[in-house]
Amino acid sequence: MTSPPSLESSVSDVMAALGERDAELLVELRVPSCPDRLRLVRAGVSAAAQLCGFGSDDVCDIVLAVDEACQNVIRHAYKSAPDGVIVVALLRDRHSMIVLLRDFAPTVDASRIKPRSLDEVRPGGIGVHLINEVMDESGFLPPPSGHGNLLRMAKRFGVTGC
Amino acid sequence: MKHDVREEAAATVVALQGDIDLSTSPQARSLLLDQIKKGKAVLVDMGGVSYIDSSGVASLVEALQGARKNKIDFRLAGVSPAAMRVLSLARLDQVFAIHDSVEDALANAG
Repeated sequence: MTSPPSLESSVSDVMAALGERDAELLVELRVPSCPDRLRLVRAGVSAAAQLCGFGSDDVCDIVLAVDEACQNVIRHAYKSAPDGVIVVALLRDRHSMIVLLRDFAPTVDASRIKPRSLDEVRPGGIGVHLINEVMDESGFLPPPSGHGNLLRMAKRFGVTGC
Repeated sequence: MKHDVREEAAATVVALQGDIDLSTSPQARSLLLDQIKKGKAVLVDMGGVSYIDSSGVASLVEALQGARKNKIDFRLAGVSPAAMRVLSLARLDQVFAIHDSVEDALANAG
């Protein structure tokens, strides 16, 4: 597995590459790809969303979206190996709270990541659907250093999903 | 996640507490499927569930499917607004039998 870049470069490189120099970094979380660390991510995302002024319903939605995205990284990108690194950068600009989710696993084919039909009741496979339902923007971007994966999600201020 | 299992006349009540997420959903899944195998109606008291994600929902769906296969009554009760939001987003709020309270669910179980 490729060593992840330093804490500083991982955020500044990404922000510059995305043209989001005007965005303010709220916090950057860096956790191993262990399921039991997602509780820590959720706590950080909840606090950041509250800091942005979102109401409780939107806070829950944003927490859910980031948690689902992290799950996908753990299960599909790192294939449940616990020694991967996940970097969650939480930012805000004038319009939105922005989430950048970075991993350093082999790059996935983003075109193959699609929500499944919910017509069939069966366990699993709804994470992407949940993310798309609760966030205003979601999509993969080319990771700045050319390896790993970079997911960008945004939730606009003043638009409730409930 | 913590849990408590108690026997009522109409059903086995499985009370779940805490977060049902990627780290705890295997435990929830195993617990529910074990109860279903006993052949008695199962009622899941969700009143203490503070958070549920897609993996937790998957555990509930798998339990529901197991119950249907074995012709066992399977119900949810006391689902918090946050958990109901996730079930609704997954379009499962009309799939599960969901009751406001354990008492109401027990009155309909069997």
